[in-house]
Amino acid sequence: MKNKSSRPWLLLSPSLTAVFLLLVVPVCFVIVYSFWLRAPSGADIPAFQFGNYAKFFEDCFYPSLMLRTIRVALETVILCLVMGYIPAYFFYRTESKLKPFLMILIMLPFWISFIIRTLSWINILGDSGLINHLFIKFGIISSPLPMLYTEVAVLMGLLQYLLPFMILNIYVSLDGIDKSLTEAAVSLGCTEWQAFKEVTLPLSLPGISAGCLLVFVLTCGTYLPPMILGGPGNDMIANLIFKRIIGTLDWPFGSAISTILLALLGIIVFTYNKYLGINQLFKSLK
Amino acid sequence: MRKIFSGWSLIRAYTIFIYLWMFTPIVAVVLLSFNPQQFGSFPMEGFSFKWYIKLAHNATILDAFKNSIVLGALTSVFATAIGIPAAMAFVRYEFRGKETLNTLLLAPIMIPEVVLGVALLLFIRWLQQPKSFIILLVGHVVLTLPFVLLVVQARLVGIKKEYEEAALTLGASPFQTFRSITFPLLAPAIFAGMLFAFTISFDDVTATLFWATAQNQTIPVKIFGMLRNSISPEINALGAVMIVLTVSLPLFAGYISRKFARGN
Repeated sequence: MKNKSSRPWLLLSPSLTAVFLLLVVPVCFVIVYSFWLRAPSGADIPAFQFGNYAKFFEDCFYPSLMLRTIRVALETVILCLVMGYIPAYFFYRTESKLKPFLMILIMLPFWISFIIRTLSWINILGDSGLINHLFIKFGIISSPLPMLYTEVAVLMGLLQYLLPFMILNIYVSLDGIDKSLTEAAVSLGCTEWQAFKEVTLPLSLPGISAGCLLVFVLTCGTYLPPMILGGPGNDMIANLIFKRIIGTLDWPFGSAISTILLALLGIIVFTYNKYLGINQLFKSLK
Repeated sequence: MRKIFSGWSLIRAYTIFIYLWMFTPIVAVVLLSFNPQQFGSFPMEGFSFKWYIKLAHNATILDAFKNSIVLGALTSVFATAIGIPAAMAFVRYEFRGKETLNTLLLAPIMIPEVVLGVALLLFIRWLQQPKSFIILLVGHVVLTLPFVLLVVQARLVGIKKEYEEAALTLGASPFQTFRSITFPLLAPAIFAGMLFAFTISFDDVTATLFWATAQNQTIPVKIFGMLRNSISPEINALGAVMIVLTVSLPLFAGYISRKFARGN
């Protein structure tokens, strides 16, 4: 193959152009815009000042929203881990003929519209939803439990969205572990639990950490579950961005909040990449 | 392998519970869509196709459906068209900055979608361009490109370089080699990537809400608008249609690609 050195660049140029023009440049714009001023008339004035950031940190409303976002994201990560590890382990160990079918089933939610999955919880948690309907029918309660528009409802929506990501990440990691290691440990006198704790669990850590990172980042970047399933007190940072941009058209402030979110996630991803390497993350997506 | 240990039945029960948890809301949507009652909620009072019929007569929803399908189809074509050469470059060539560029092209996965939505909108505002179908399309291409890239790259790694080298040695041009050797071997992955791109585009709401206009609403954007009022049985019916559509598509594709694979 001649002129070997230029060919990869030729092949890459359409993708790189697209990502550069439609992602890198626009994101830089967000950062630049975050320093601009908003005139009382609503016009944006080019400037270099930190007023938008000062506004974010001047009272506790915005920082507490930020902290809530981090707390909800951590809750989501932990619950995903608790709910996801055992099914992933089940896939790893099962010899059932149904395994391929069960695997496809766990991937199915990926294909079902996010907004449908989110709103489907209204049918379960609402005042006349499945749970309240059954509880009232069997006389456990007399008036509906308020479950919708709470943080629990938001978490349900988030978990349903993110659990498959966690399960797949852990499964990919587990699947790479030679099963004879467990057998060896057991034949040398370990109990199944000890073998799991000493061999399988440590070896699955890359999948766990990749899953946690992905779930955390995706939780921070979404506004749909809080918007549809949460009440006024359950807004997260992405809801704030949505409201400032679509609602009040406050571009400079919206840009500043976006920049703060990017910075937060940037620090997390950077730290993760430094210690664990980002490539594990993309393995599961294949 | 040694016969299953004592805690196994617990693990199995737990897994079944997770499945139930995950699918109950989805099944409820489908079930309630057949409820003739005025409010989309339990209990079920009979069985009717009333809401589906109402749906089929709703012109704005049909319009949104058309938009979604056209957008998804174009997105999948463009994303694969630029994704395949990029995957070739990453798998078949060594060059400086390869790792960095690969990470850059996968970046749309790691950047919060809400920020992507704001960024592109802000950019076209600065360019003083109106929101349009084209903006929606290019936005979706960037959103789906990483997934196409991952799928095609994964498959390409598995195709032996020797086949291509043999063709080149025998006098085929690089393009001929691609057309008659690489492309047929890559076809299932390309198909899977296109499907992936289509579904992501078809379902996307987070970024699309920033980019869509009243004229080019997609189905999820339309549903979002309908939710403003309250959840109606019509939304459940629309949800059920979406579920059947987006679920049957990959299952059908899996079947086709297995047929493909056997054919080879």
